[in-house]
Amino acid sequence: MAYARVQVPPEVRRGEAFEVRISIRHPMETGYRVDDVGTPIARNVIREFVCRYNNVVVLQARLNSGIAANPYLRFFVTAVDSGELAFDWVDDAGERGDARAAVRVVA
Amino acid sequence: MNRAVVLVIACVAGSACAQERGIATAELRSGIGFAGAAVQAMQADDAANPGMLWVERGEKLWRAPAGADDRSCASCHGSAAASMRGVAARYPVPDAVSGAMLDVEGRIVDCRVRRQRAPPLAREGEDLLALAAHVAYQSRGMLVAVSIAGPARAAFERGRAYYDERRGQMNLACAHCHDRNWGRRLLAETISQGHGNGYPAYRLEWQTLGSLDRRLRACLYGIRAEAPAPGAPELVDLALFLAWRAEGLKIEAPGVRR
Repeated sequence: MAYARVQVPPEVRRGEAFEVRISIRHPMETGYRVDDVGTPIARNVIREFVCRYNNVVVLQARLNSGIAANPYLRFFVTAVDSGELAFDWVDDAGERGDARAAVRVVA
Repeated sequence: MNRAVVLVIACVAGSACAQERGIATAELRSGIGFAGAAVQAMQADDAANPGMLWVERGEKLWRAPAGADDRSCASCHGSAAASMRGVAARYPVPDAVSGAMLDVEGRIVDCRVRRQRAPPLAREGEDLLALAAHVAYQSRGMLVAVSIAGPARAAFERGRAYYDERRGQMNLACAHCHDRNWGRRLLAETISQGHGNGYPAYRLEWQTLGSLDRRLRACLYGIRAEAPAPGAPELVDLALFLAWRAEGLKIEAPGVRR
């Protein structure tokens, strides 16, 4: 179930900040809901989200139950070298997900 | 007597008889037109539109082999971008073999069982939604244009009757809200014209993608009527009538709705 969409510009200029957008398929179950027969539905949200740029952490986020399903994160990263953006996350159920995006730095 | 004859002639002369339609073509407005600016922006931007998660996943499932012969959708149909273009805009259609009306989801399940010889996919399940979203996406921007001639005619008439019939504890017909009172407020909502051109759509209330079928059942729940089972024939008939009624609008799948 863990899949995501990542958008980064096709080319970025060295030293400039570029926009990174990621949306992740995840129910982000709050833990406050009950099912049709009244049994509480266990909380299951993405607990931790990390973005690494060439193995350097550029964003680390702890998400919580106030965030809607299928979280959409948008942030800026300063271009240094061509390489890879790696996104990794883990939810309360212990399920891990990841996504990768190539970064191409020009000039 | 004379006047009746003139009316009949007028209706026959114009292929799209104005009196037949609850909303004139010039007044047609997609559901997104009733949404707020934030929802409109979310639908317009593919990077922000959560429905694209299903579209992309559907692309992978399209190429994933399944069933007794290990065939994928792509084995027969090739790339959906070419073979599925315009398909969602003309569905539901009657099946050539059984004569039953099939919506896009119904056709996918039919193809899976009959051609791929694989177990059927559950209605509103992640896989069927993803495939349906992927197929519908290929028709984005195309005008809704369904056939209500020949074998589809009876289904169309049933769909129209369903639309006009009062039902549920509220004793409301679809037409009461969506033909006569669209644009007016119902508590915090603006009543839309009830078009299905954005579906499968990501509904913020659902926090997930859902089919038109689900949306229709949600509407029936809203008027406290008994909702048919997912994929029930009466809902597909209704979907055909709604598609005909929405002719002039463009497919927006995956739409975003409140």
